[in-house]
Amino acid sequence: MAAIEVERLRKTFRVPEHRESLRGALMDLFLRRYKEIVAVRDISFRIPEGEICGYIGENGAGKSTTIKMLAGILVPTSGRVEVAGYVPWRDRETFVRRIGVVFGQRSQLWWDIGVIESFRLLRKVYRVSETDFRRRLDELTETLQLGDLLHRPVRKLSLGQRMRCELAAALLHNPSILFLDEPTIGLDIVVKTQIREFLKKLNREHGTTILLTTHDLQDIEALCSRVIMLDEGMIIYDGSLEELKERWSRGREIRFRFSEPVEPSGLAALTDGLPVRWTAADEESARLWVPREIQVADVLARLVGALPILDMSFKETGTDEIVRAIYQSGSASVPAAGPAGNASVPGVEAAGGKPVPAAGTAEAAPVSVKAAGDAAASAGPEEAAEGEPGEEKRTEAQVRG
Amino acid sequence: MASAYLEFIRIRFLTMLAYRVNYYSGIVIYSLNIGVYYFLWKAIYGDASQLGGFSAAQITTYVAVSWMARSFYFNNLDREIANEIRDGSVAIQMVRPYSYLLVKFMQGFGEGLFRLVMFMLPGLVVVMLLFPLDLPEEPWRWAVFFLMILFSFLINSQINLLTGMIAFWLENNQGVMSFKRVLVDLLSGVVLPISFFPGWARTVLEWLPFQAIAYLPGSAFTGTLNGSEVAYAIGVQAAWSLALILPIMLMWRAARRRMFVQGG
Repeated sequence: MAAIEVERLRKTFRVPEHRESLRGALMDLFLRRYKEIVAVRDISFRIPEGEICGYIGENGAGKSTTIKMLAGILVPTSGRVEVAGYVPWRDRETFVRRIGVVFGQRSQLWWDIGVIESFRLLRKVYRVSETDFRRRLDELTETLQLGDLLHRPVRKLSLGQRMRCELAAALLHNPSILFLDEPTIGLDIVVKTQIREFLKKLNREHGTTILLTTHDLQDIEALCSRVIMLDEGMIIYDGSLEELKERWSRGREIRFRFSEPVEPSGLAALTDGLPVRWTAADEESARLWVPREIQVADVLARLVGALPILDMSFKETGTDEIVRAIYQSGSASVPAAGPAGNASVPGVEAAGGKPVPAAGTAEAAPVSVKAAGDAAASAGPEEAAEGEPGEEKRTEAQVRG
Repeated sequence: MASAYLEFIRIRFLTMLAYRVNYYSGIVIYSLNIGVYYFLWKAIYGDASQLGGFSAAQITTYVAVSWMARSFYFNNLDREIANEIRDGSVAIQMVRPYSYLLVKFMQGFGEGLFRLVMFMLPGLVVVMLLFPLDLPEEPWRWAVFFLMILFSFLINSQINLLTGMIAFWLENNQGVMSFKRVLVDLLSGVVLPISFFPGWARTVLEWLPFQAIAYLPGSAFTGTLNGSEVAYAIGVQAAWSLALILPIMLMWRAARRRMFVQGG
């Protein structure tokens, strides 16, 4: 059974359009103009149980909107979505017991109380039995090294510490599906690695299905067997990372260092007739770009012996570069300029003409974190002046947050 | 599940307790309010023995008790909801297996309980020492009063839920919330008992939920309502508490479809 099934899913937002100048602002007061923004355009995919799938795309591509529809937060405009056998938005209260969600940019812990207090509250919210809770908590405390964090208030944790607690909080009820929206954002490399290791272990031992969005492609390389790439609300690639790399890296680069100066014009003469390209850095080193369809052996056969090669290294095109190139072109179909015989990539949906930019919808968030729950209850200055008993304290709590 | 909701009451109570320093200033401000209205009403009455169905002693008691009750039923649920919608943290609330509005309501109740125990009851003692109040001797009036301010809390919170949810439609509902605040204070009878309004206004106000928040419990407590009138007043409160559930549910359903999450 598929853990996640999505068919022709679409979400449009209606946002007010602001007119310029004072006159425009006045007109806005009486006659609001709205424009429709399509955040997700009729996407379809299926994720089987136990898979770790990366969901990538630029800011504003519709990643977060999709996750929010899958998690039951947003109601789709049209299309079908089924997660763990439920329709998320319709069966929200029962459905969310089966899933865990972590938003890298928002806290789900209560700001003012100790971490363990938050966990206990979640235990009650998710109706986890005391024994299950203890066992689960011990396990999470050990693997995420939460030990001495548990009794601190959330507002006193560092981002890395908080993130580990967030993960634990999302997993206390042992969900079968985990949604992660930029889980490693703003974290240092040690915590990032720790979290990746943890997720791998979780997937291996509990068979948890994981869907994560990220801007850090190392997350993808470390974790994901599959990548779905989104651009302007449409899926432009769905397949394995290996395949993406293979199809998209159009060649490799060989770097040479020479033991004595070599005339750049002499280099070109050596590879005459082959579709390769030389870039000479200086007289003692050079880089040679070799397209995929040319065998490296054929090239080297001409060079070895003819050149005073001191050292030589190969460089495959990195995922970063590939993804950057795809983002820039807005399509994962290999451009016509690429090597012959590679024109189509399986699983690629035709991107077609570029639709109207859908930027500035749900994405592009500032990296600030707001605690959920009680800390959000702030009293405006008006309140403070009027002095409701015991109100101002929360303004203070927010400033500190 | 019920235990989870109770837990929200407890945690809000504890959170309030942790930051209790500021509530001392609240005591001063409430005492000032009561004092000002006390002397204002004394001046208005002058030699008159009865105005708008209240004797001078009753009106001062009414003012004091209404303000103390206000400290219990008052909350900022509308602001909390609006803030959570504006900063997008409402998304977190939606991935939890509970009713968002019910949780908000429980948090409001935790806050109300805190104010009742830490503020209203001690405050009432202070006010009794400062001003000569005419407190009822019948125990049932006290019982009825506490039942009625429970309804006051219910109705006021329901109105706050409705006002807060407007933030799903308006980018900024500050204005609406301020308007509601003035409306509730003015029309609920905290400042001026409903019986002091001109006849046509009274008829209108009797058909609005606001009088059920302050005027009815205050009147029952000070003795301007008696016997079956008190039963009727409780009935009116109960009716409003039930009647407001429907618009809240409809609004929430509409909001679910409209919901978008600010800041990703």
